[in-house]
Amino acid sequence: MLSLGQDEIAKYPFLADAGQYLKDKGFTLEQFGTDPDLKELITKAYERIQVAADGKIYKSDLIGDQVSKEAALPREVFSFLLAIVLLKLSGMHTLIKRFALAEARRAEKYLEKDLANISDESKKQLAIRVIDDLFSVQIEKLDDYFVIPVSDYLKHSINFHEREWKLINRHVENGQVFLTPHETVRLIRKELGTYINAKIVNAKTPTMIPGFEDSVNKLVMLSKKFSTFTVTTGEYPPCIKHAIDILEKGENLPHSGRFMLATFLLSKGQSVQQIAPLFKNAPDYNERVTLYQLNHLAGTSGSGTQYSCPSCEKLKTQSLCFATSECEGIITPLQFGKKRK
Amino acid sequence: MKETDIKFLESAFKKYYFEQFNLIRVPERTSEREFGYQKFNSGMTRHISVKDDKELHLLLMQNVPSDVYCSNAYYSFPNLPMNEKDWKEADLIFDIDAKDLNLSCRTNHTLSVCNDCSEISNNSEKCLKCNSTKLEKKSVPCKNCIDASKTEVLKLSEILINDFSINKDNIQVYFSGNEGFHIYVYNTQFQQIGSRERSELVDYIMFNGAIPEKFGMKKFKPNRNSFPDFDESGWRGRFSKYVYGSKSKRSKIISELLSNGYSSFQKTLDDVSENIGAKIDPNVTMDIHRIFRLPGSINSKSGLTKIHCKNLEKFDAYIDSSFLSDDTVEVLANCPIEFKLKNKKFGPYHNEKVSIPTFAAVYMICKKLATIA
Repeated sequence: MLSLGQDEIAKYPFLADAGQYLKDKGFTLEQFGTDPDLKELITKAYERIQVAADGKIYKSDLIGDQVSKEAALPREVFSFLLAIVLLKLSGMHTLIKRFALAEARRAEKYLEKDLANISDESKKQLAIRVIDDLFSVQIEKLDDYFVIPVSDYLKHSINFHEREWKLINRHVENGQVFLTPHETVRLIRKELGTYINAKIVNAKTPTMIPGFEDSVNKLVMLSKKFSTFTVTTGEYPPCIKHAIDILEKGENLPHSGRFMLATFLLSKGQSVQQIAPLFKNAPDYNERVTLYQLNHLAGTSGSGTQYSCPSCEKLKTQSLCFATSECEGIITPLQFGKKRK
Repeated sequence: MKETDIKFLESAFKKYYFEQFNLIRVPERTSEREFGYQKFNSGMTRHISVKDDKELHLLLMQNVPSDVYCSNAYYSFPNLPMNEKDWKEADLIFDIDAKDLNLSCRTNHTLSVCNDCSEISNNSEKCLKCNSTKLEKKSVPCKNCIDASKTEVLKLSEILINDFSINKDNIQVYFSGNEGFHIYVYNTQFQQIGSRERSELVDYIMFNGAIPEKFGMKKFKPNRNSFPDFDESGWRGRFSKYVYGSKSKRSKIISELLSNGYSSFQKTLDDVSENIGAKIDPNVTMDIHRIFRLPGSINSKSGLTKIHCKNLEKFDAYIDSSFLSDDTVEVLANCPIEFKLKNKKFGPYHNEKVSIPTFAAVYMICKKLATIA
């Protein structure tokens, strides 16, 4: 693990060993519930979660890169650690996810600033090492850019759905992708969020600590705001309609199209017997083969693996996507027509 | 297919496998690969592991397969079911097929074989005899198709070498045995990437999904300085060479692009993708569990061999891949289009008995354009 200085822990508090940190500072959790001066920090921790729940980034007491007050640093770390304690006590998973994401965004800002730091080489090196240690992404500085091997880039970029992240829209040279500090850090956002999330999920849940109850109850109330339910229109997405259309006309639907159609309908709860007749008009229709393949996809024969419907991205590559404005915001055909209420 | 035709093809294939085994070699790291084969009129047998050349030879002689395949992936246990194989990595593979190139020559050498009544007609949508729509398209040799496919191979190699810094020696090109090329790329940084990552590589290579911003065009206040230069590397360079035509026209074309606006620019990008992107089959490259035709084996769509092209430019698909014998055989041929194999002309045949060399007879029977008389 990295050895971190005081201000680094404040910037990246998730890298700290929580129990050890408290011990080093000479505190116990109980003290925070009882000591009126320390209790303030619980309120601060609650606010830190509340800001995250609203989808915003917690504004730090740290000003710029340098720390204004000696006291600000530990307060930053405490409010983070206490926020985790509150979250664990409340047991609200939606809040943990939101908190992890917001904290990742916050850390992102610091990482980006450190990467772009021209005057302090050690800050830049630390950011590069954090990225390497946590996510095994090796980045190198090349002129004004950071470069990363195409294969590493792809492992992360496939999680993005914005077209600017597609490899085709990147500067690629010598098997490497060129990124700005902002893009470099943005590339690992999801992993950073996952890392923080895992750290919280894996943390031990303490028993209720006197003085923490109010904030925990408030969190439970807060999380109620985020329960949602969805309604579905039941209409098929354009790619599926198109595939059915082709088959009805007796034209040839490529293997990848048949795979999409079958896995889509299976996911929607149709049975192999209901789906098979759709393929009757295919130029090379063979009932035995069709049933065999459908059963294979459904997982009722062969290895037992149930195949899932391809993502919109994959279908685009296969020229099977016929997106309309109604497709906006979905990443698999299965999400089509679902609306949050 | 008729029993007599299958017997004939099997004996021709067996003879080839017996005499030309030097052409059929197991790939490197043999024991980590999955093999599979098909027999005529029968399904696929896969999840097989093979130790060495000798074992492969034995398998070919015992089963006389119509087609033989081998994985581009490496597994710990290639002969176990898919989810127990323990996938380790996979070579990058590409398939370029003339039928996907939208060539104007296609209609001239494509026939329709009716699956219901076996009637053969020139490329049509419906069977002229029984009106069935269950038609199989069969294409006969065409030099233009091969040349156009070669151009795509060169486009692909250029991208692999220049953008991904892949060593030329790690790229191997094979004629598929029908009407396209298979390209293998070994020992690269891409060995371990999964299917979704490979799909992104595919879009890169095909020039799919490009946005105007990357090529200098902005929605608001576009600036001519951000447009690519003629000599730039990568896609910005290829784009400018294609769209500007020459260095001197750069300025004029940029003015045109600017005045046409953002959405028109997006359309330009989508249109040029057809010309500057390499036309590969996305499904093949995305598939990390595929068993791909084994080099040196016969393609049962044609009776021709999937063979390594040492010199792509000089490679003549319809001479260099034909290894079956010249012994004549009598067939009932129905092939209304003339074609050339091993420098000899055949056809057109209109439902007639003809005596022709085995390699041509096999070719037509594989295409369902002839049967043993």
